[in-house]
Amino acid sequence: MALIEFTNKGIYCKQGNFYIDPWQPVDKAVITHGHADHAKWGNKNYLCHTLTKPILTERYGLFDNVETIAYQNTIDINGVKLTLFPAGHVIGSAQVKLEYKGEIVVVSGDYKTEYDGISTAFEPIKCHTFVTESTFGLPIYKWQPQQQIFESIKNWVAGNLQKNKTSILIAYSLGKAQRLIKHLAGNEPIFAHQTIANLNQAFTNAGVALPSSIKITSEIKKDELQKGIVIVPPALADSKWIKGLTNPAIGICSGWMAVRAGRRWRSADAGFALSDHADWAGLLTAIKATEAEKVMVTHGSTAIFSRYLNEIGISAQEVKTQYGDEEEAEEKVVENEVKEEKTKI
Amino acid sequence: MKRFAQLIQELELSNKTNDKIEALVNYFSEADESDKPYVIALFTGKKPKRPIGTNLIKQWAIALSGIPEWLFTESYHSVGDLSETIALVLPTAEHTVEKPLNQWITELAKLQGKTDEEKKTYVLTAWNSLTTQERFIFNKLISGNFRIGVSNKMLVNAIAKQSQQDANKIMHSIMGKWQPNSISYAELTSGSHVNTDNSWPYPFCLAYALDTEPENLGDTADWQAEWKWDGIRGQIVKRNGELFIWSRGEELVTEQFPELHFLKDDLPDGTVLDGEILAVKDGKVLPFSTLQQRLNRKTISKNQLENAPIGFFTYDLLEHKAKDIRTSTLSQRRTWLEKIIHQLSQKNKVLLSPIISFNSWPQLAEIRETAREINSEGIMLKNINSIFHSGRKRGDWWKWKINPYTVDTVMIYAQKGSGRRANFYTDYTFAVRDGEKLITIAKAYSGLTDKEIKEVNSFVNKNAIEKFGPVRTVKPELVFEIAFEGIAESKRHKAGLALRFPRIARWRKDKNVDEINTLDDLRQLLMTKD
Repeated sequence: MALIEFTNKGIYCKQGNFYIDPWQPVDKAVITHGHADHAKWGNKNYLCHTLTKPILTERYGLFDNVETIAYQNTIDINGVKLTLFPAGHVIGSAQVKLEYKGEIVVVSGDYKTEYDGISTAFEPIKCHTFVTESTFGLPIYKWQPQQQIFESIKNWVAGNLQKNKTSILIAYSLGKAQRLIKHLAGNEPIFAHQTIANLNQAFTNAGVALPSSIKITSEIKKDELQKGIVIVPPALADSKWIKGLTNPAIGICSGWMAVRAGRRWRSADAGFALSDHADWAGLLTAIKATEAEKVMVTHGSTAIFSRYLNEIGISAQEVKTQYGDEEEAEEKVVENEVKEEKTKI
Repeated sequence: MKRFAQLIQELELSNKTNDKIEALVNYFSEADESDKPYVIALFTGKKPKRPIGTNLIKQWAIALSGIPEWLFTESYHSVGDLSETIALVLPTAEHTVEKPLNQWITELAKLQGKTDEEKKTYVLTAWNSLTTQERFIFNKLISGNFRIGVSNKMLVNAIAKQSQQDANKIMHSIMGKWQPNSISYAELTSGSHVNTDNSWPYPFCLAYALDTEPENLGDTADWQAEWKWDGIRGQIVKRNGELFIWSRGEELVTEQFPELHFLKDDLPDGTVLDGEILAVKDGKVLPFSTLQQRLNRKTISKNQLENAPIGFFTYDLLEHKAKDIRTSTLSQRRTWLEKIIHQLSQKNKVLLSPIISFNSWPQLAEIRETAREINSEGIMLKNINSIFHSGRKRGDWWKWKINPYTVDTVMIYAQKGSGRRANFYTDYTFAVRDGEKLITIAKAYSGLTDKEIKEVNSFVNKNAIEKFGPVRTVKPELVFEIAFEGIAESKRHKAGLALRFPRIARWRKDKNVDEINTLDDLRQLLMTKD
């Protein structure tokens, strides 16, 4: 019997009687990482990496029903051995390795192969079945080394400063924002939207070392922001608040910016192809390193990517899941948080 | 080439005209002198003969990147541009080479007549020495299609600003005959190869849409009513024996409309006419779809001249006997204009746009309803004492357009966009009912909000019936109201008719598929029009 099956609630392990990243409420959910398309509210019990818990607490107020384990530690659930390994996607992101009677399955959630300096580096795990994403599963996606991208961002910020423009970077609250803060800290003060600042606080409380950033409040003056770097989540990209800043220049940080049409589709002043997902080569390297006999492609360019894998001799199939609307799901979380914040005031 | 690549990046990254102009000004201040005329040539569509066929380039790129052809095709669907797809899939370059843009262009031109093997060696060597962005430009240089959102007008404004010359002179100069390898930037900007003194046009006077009841405009006797024509606003300049036709975009289009060249002999020197370029047969205005066959063409065939004849409906006179008369009253200018038009030798090519006589506003409102019968889009109201303003000015001129047609349709196909939009269905095809069947009537690129696009997208994902490459057949369920400006018979379309300028007016969530319009409804509309 297969160790995992894809049901209408999520990825289910029958032997262990738990789900991985379920999209419908279940009794026991193992969570790969904190992005809202993978970590849903409403499950009875959660199991995740130590650093994913602060995210669930910050976003959903969950605490008592969240069990945590560190990377490489194994626990036994009804005879299924479960171990988390770093996925390199965002802080706390994990690949879930399941082992039962000699059969090994790895569910990788979202991952990237380049070490970003802040999430624990991705580690390939040998397995029989590998469950992979394929968000950027086309050969047109080839990331530049991140140092080059940060250089471009720094140059852009310097140019904006000269022209009296406010530099605004659009980045997911979870992951991209912390990565930017880590690599851009130094010259200009970094101002972070409340949803980012709240997560940063949660991470700092959990012992993650992050360079300091300033939470944006109504007390901070526009000319202070103009002299710094402002980081906000995508939900605010077209907001009135941004338009009200001093000569706003908007830079979007996303893998989609690698293609010109992607840059033009968003009305931004700059696009930086900085992604927390693996690029084409990254996906292939990761998959080959698992030596898996079977690959299941859950979201992204699923049809194209699995066809290619089969052609190069790796048995692959696409499976239908509800992952991949990372942006939409993340935006909802941010919108809700912003609303809550407003009602508090 | 680095400096040019930087320019392209800057032009693409900004969506603000001022930023683009600034980027161009900086480029023309800093770039290699001999590159500048080449850049102007590229941006104005003066393209050299294509040295290498598309298919060869594509095959070399596929072989070099080691991916199967189908995967290249999928990548192309996602990117939406062949030059860019190639630039992205190729392996990273092993070294870098810097050559000025003009050298690349000259070298490519020299490939003409070489063997495929020689061409291949050259292109592969180039690819292996360029960054992704530079490769994209290099590929574009081969194809010659440099469309990057810089209009002639924007380019001209930037050059004018940089060289501190009058924009209309620059326009005349760059629209003239010249070769980038034998003219300097300074010669181009000074217009030494053309006589720019003769050509300069006046700024167009533009009207706002009437946003109140016409009764509020006061006495009907103070207003001149004319038909609002749906063509290309134009200005015809005749000075010192030379004739120039300017479009509303302040581009020179003289060569495109040979039917009007008789004005060179007929018009007195020192005359400038304002009017509308239209498809005209026997003095009657033809639909815009006919005029469209004549637009943006470098050469015009005999067939096109016969099937889509051009005329000019004059509105106003701006220069008379070499004198700027724009501050004279409209009624005075009209008197002079009528005299000039009456003296022309060909009566059915250049006409007076007729004045509509009316005694009351309700009467004019009634007349306005008949606009479509004569291929007009409504009425223009001009105060008889108005001067010819520069640009848009409230109060003296108003356009009073008829409402667009609308039709309720159902979405039957959806296609994904490219790039970031590759993940969203943004291009839709709509159908009306034809008996038991649904028949395609229009294609529209979204027009919805981002939120609605996402909603439609999730509908398509759940209700796709069949796949044809990037196209999905979907369950006919979502009803959209399509607005359009005109309807014409068409042999190319299955429905036998084509809509002009269709766009989504709104998503009719209140309607279901049984309530959409029928093909007969549209046929009737077409008939009442004829």
